[in-house]
This record gives sequence, C-alpha cells and structure tokens, in this order.
Amino acid sequence: MLKKTLLLIFLVFSVFLFSQENDSLIFLENQNPFLDFKLTGNDIPNDGGGGIQINWCFPDSLGNWFLTVLRRDDSNNLMVVATDLLVSSMQVRDVSSEEEPSRVKDNTNYYYTGILSQNMINEQFLNKLISNGSEYLKNGTYIFGNDTFYITGETEAIVSKSSWFNLSRIPVLVSLIIIAFVFLYYLNLAKSGKDLYIRKINGLDAVEEAVGRSTEMGKPIMYILGIGYVTDIPTIAGLTILGRVAKKVADYETRILVPSYDPVVMTTAQEVVKEAFTEAGRPDLYNKNDIMYITQDQFGYAAGVDGMMMREKPGAVFLQGLFFAESLILAETGHSIGAIQISGTTETAQLPFFVAACDYTLIGEEMMAASVYLQKEPMMLGSIAAEDLLKVFIMFLIIIGFVLSVLGYGFKIEVLKSVFDWLINLLQV
Amino acid sequence: MLKGKGIPIFITFLVGMIMIVSFFIPHKPFGDIEKISLNWYSIIAGFTMLLGVDSLIGMHFRKVKRKDENWFFSLVLIFGFVATVVVGIIETVRFGTAFDDKSYFTYIYNYFIVPLQTTMFSLLAFFIASAAYRAFRARNFDATLLLITAIIVMLGRVPLGEQISPYLPKFTEWIMQVPQMAAKRGIGLGISLGALGVSIRIILGIERSYLS
Repeated sequence: MLKKTLLLIFLVFSVFLFSQENDSLIFLENQNPFLDFKLTGNDIPNDGGGGIQINWCFPDSLGNWFLTVLRRDDSNNLMVVATDLLVSSMQVRDVSSEEEPSRVKDNTNYYYTGILSQNMINEQFLNKLISNGSEYLKNGTYIFGNDTFYITGETEAIVSKSSWFNLSRIPVLVSLIIIAFVFLYYLNLAKSGKDLYIRKINGLDAVEEAVGRSTEMGKPIMYILGIGYVTDIPTIAGLTILGRVAKKVADYETRILVPSYDPVVMTTAQEVVKEAFTEAGRPDLYNKNDIMYITQDQFGYAAGVDGMMMREKPGAVFLQGLFFAESLILAETGHSIGAIQISGTTETAQLPFFVAACDYTLIGEEMMAASVYLQKEPMMLGSIAAEDLLKVFIMFLIIIGFVLSVLGYGFKIEVLKSVFDWLINLLQV
Repeated sequence: MLKGKGIPIFITFLVGMIMIVSFFIPHKPFGDIEKISLNWYSIIAGFTMLLGVDSLIGMHFRKVKRKDENWFFSLVLIFGFVATVVVGIIETVRFGTAFDDKSYFTYIYNYFIVPLQTTMFSLLAFFIASAAYRAFRARNFDATLLLITAIIVMLGRVPLGEQISPYLPKFTEWIMQVPQMAAKRGIGLGISLGALGVSIRIILGIERSYLS
C-alpha cells in the first residue's frame, strides 16, 4: 500500500515537473542562427499618414517559415502587427484603418521586431512575451515547450508622416495642366465666334425618327439607363440624353417609360423628365409613375424590364448608360418586339452585343458627346474640339512609342531603347 | 451675386475643385474628402431606397386596386416583398443576422432568388445565339470579315481548333491581342477623353443639363 502511494506521489510529481518544464520559457541570448535576417521599415510615401511599411530579405532556407511582427513605441507599449506571415511574402504594412484610426500615430517613434518560427506561432508564448514587456524582446532564441522561436534584432525608430503632395501623381498633374490649357484655349476660340465642326452621329439623328415612329404607332417609348449609379459618367451622359428625348416625347405628346435600377437615378430621371416636359410646355403630360424603380438586382432588373417590354410593346427603346451581362438580354427582347433601338454605353465588352441587336449604337465617346451634339452650343463644341486635339496628341505619342520600341528593342539601338524606357517611366503613374 | 441656377453651378465648381485638389494632396483633411463624400452618398442613397420601395409597391398596389391586366402578378410581388421583409426581421431577431445558415431568410435567398438569377443569366446563351446569327450573316464585306474572324476565334478556343491546325490557337491569340486589343484601346481612349470632357464641362458650368 505504501509502495503504491509513493509511486502515485512520484507520478504526480513528475507530471507536475514535466508540465512546469513544458510551460517554461528558456531564453538563449544572442544565440540566433539567423542573425542576417533583419527587418527594415519606412514611412509609406505619398500617403495621408498613419502607415509604415516593414520589409525583409530572406535566405531560401527560410522561405516556408513563419514570421510574426511586433511593434514597440517609446513608452514600451507592445503590439502585435501581424502573426504567421509567410517569410516569402517579404513585406507587411502597419496602417491605421477605419476600424482602428489611431493604430499608427504620425510623428511617433515605432520599433519593429520579428519572431521567426518553423511552425505557426504559439499563442501562449506570444501572450507571455507581450505580458513580460519589451525587455524580453531581445535578439536571441526562445524555447517554449517543443517549439523554438528566433527573435530578430529591433529596427531603428520609424516615424510615420503625412505627405502634403503625392509625388507619384506628378505626371497626372502635368497632364491635367496640358488638358486644362487645351480646353481653355478652345473654349476661348468658341467664345470668339469661330465655327467649330462636329461630325454626324447617326444614332442621335435617329432620336426624332424613333420618337416619331413610336408616336405614329401609338406606342410608348422606353428609356433604360442600365445598372449604373448617378456617380457613373455613362449614367450622367444617359440622363443628359434622356432630357433631350423626353423633350421630343413631350412635343409629340406621347409617353415615356423609365424603369430604374437605382432609386437615386430614378429620382434624378423623374426630375429630368419633369423639367423636359415643362420646357416643352406640356407639364400636364408628365406622369411620375412612368419613371419607376424596379430592383437593385442585376438579373431581377433585366427580368422586370423584359417583362415590361413584352407587356407595353414600346415602339422605341433607348438603352443609354452602364450595362453589363444584361445588355444583350434587354437588347434582344427589344429586337423581338420590333422596337427601333438606339443604344449607347462605355462598356467595350457590351458594345458588340448592342451593335448586333440594336439599330443604332453610340460607341463610347459618341455617348459623351451626345449632349453637345443635341444642343450644338459653341462653348460645348469647343470642348469637343479640345478632346479631338488631345486625341491627336495621344496618337502622336503612340506612334513615337511604336517607332522607338521597334528601333530600340527590334533593331537593338541602345539610345532609342533608353529613350523608350524613359518615356514609359515618365508616363507611368 | 449668385442667383437661380448660379448657386448649384457654384457648388458643383467648388466641390469639383476640392475633389481635384484632394487627389493630389493626401494630407488631412483633403485625403479623407473622397471617402467622406462616398459615405454621404451611401447615406443619401439609403434614404432614397425608401422612395424606390414606395415607387415599386405603389405601382403594383395601384394595379391590384384597379384590377389591371395581370394584376395577380403584382399581388405575388407585394406578397413576396412583405414576406421577405417580415422573415428578414424575424430571423435577424432570432439569429442576430438574417443570413444565418439556419435562417429562413437564407433559405429564401438560396432557393428563390439565386435560381431566378441563374435562370435569367442562362437565357443569355440563347440570346447570344440569335444575335450572333443576325450579326454573322454575310450580307456585305464587313459582315463576311466578321463571320470569318468569329469562326477562327471560336475554333481557336476549343480543342477541335488545335486538332485542325496547331497554328489556329496561336492565330486566335494574335487576333485577340493585336487587332482586337488595338480597337478596344482606341475606343477606351475615346471614352476616357469623353469622360474628361463631360467632367470639365460640368465643373466649369458649361454642361447644365444635369441641373434639370
């Protein structure tokens, strides 16, 4: 009996000892086989502050290892920046975010340390290290249980700063100045009464024909603005064309239906149509309920509009705005009911569908120029002329780039190769 | 003095200039302006959703009331709308989120909305076939060229093309990367300049149709 009791006490004692040893933290100072592995850091350039970038280089043998990055400030507050990063990722960013707006404070010294490990970090070990304070973050090796962790040396103080100018956007600024200059020049030219030419756009000339034909047939007109929001340029262009179409509709005393995808677009479209009817002297014909909300689901919207087309059988369908996969579903349904269709979008992937299914298609920039074409005001024509001059300038740049690349890279003329590379760097943002 | 349409034009100019300046200055407060204005837009859009719902339900309610043609479908829509909202509220109270795995709201989404969306999307295949038939009819030189190119590209993208000739997929790739890409980029450049033109016209108050 005594023997058994002694044996039990021995067993309990050894388990206790073993478990004590397992949880203990053994530290071997300056014994780090990866002394060359160092973290470096810098303030993220051209940002609004609150961001530091930490980088490291690694030998191939550490490619599959894990790295946990810790941060210390001058008051010795420790914080975990990121855990279990693959060493091969070579970079991590410590940045303030909407959730943690004061995570990285500007003009504060931060020091970064890394913990290298073959396996993912042990949370108990990490908590112990943080609770023990920054003096435990010395270059060396920790043995915790069966795991070994290597602490890298601390970086120098890194300070985050807010930039007053985004230097990487200088090429954009230069382009903006050139563009503004060209625009102002042509606007002045237009003001001085110079005749400016705009080429014929068949799709816009057909607006009157489409509305007239629809009226003759006693059918309404359907205007589809697509699935864009009011912040999208094609939607704004679509709303501009809607104003002109609605005026024609009021002149012909017919009906216009505008099924909308977004309530803000719906509200704007209601105002645009109302104003157009008032301008045409027929505010009595305006019916708010004809500009209705359908749904904010892409295919739900397509189904709703298709259903409306099949029931109302409009004589003319306008598809002007931002369209994606639903473009052909809408255009083909319009075609199947025999409506005259005028489409326009800036989505290059959808243009072939519109070209195939519609009678007229405004291709990209034609849609943007629609309001100018329909109004033909000199000042507006001036802006189109400026756009054309810029287009010529870009074409000129493309030709120069083409010639330089052929001669530089094709015929291996080093000077031209350097000029080409310089040009590419200059134009890159 | 600013009067009538002058006030919104001035506001547009001011906001436009601030947005341009904030693009180049990341320092506070400029750097946050875009984010703040997008948050404002989201809040306004949230409220306008009420207008949207009012428009949708109002239209279908009138149809039911007047017993218009196909009024039964309007009744289905109203029922579906009310049922989804009620289930959404109940399940949010039950699970803390309407999208819990066991929630009936998730069931409605997975077994009503997703199949309906998929059905609509799958219709695209048939519409592509009918549109392609019309577009590829060899009526003139351009349409014939389009037809030949389309046949080459389609064949080059399927295993049969490689069986016919190993050069077919390479030629397809060339068509996609060179002539197709050149046309696409040309259109893209025009669109970008057009968007720039619209923006400048709006900021400078030359384009006023949005003020209707």
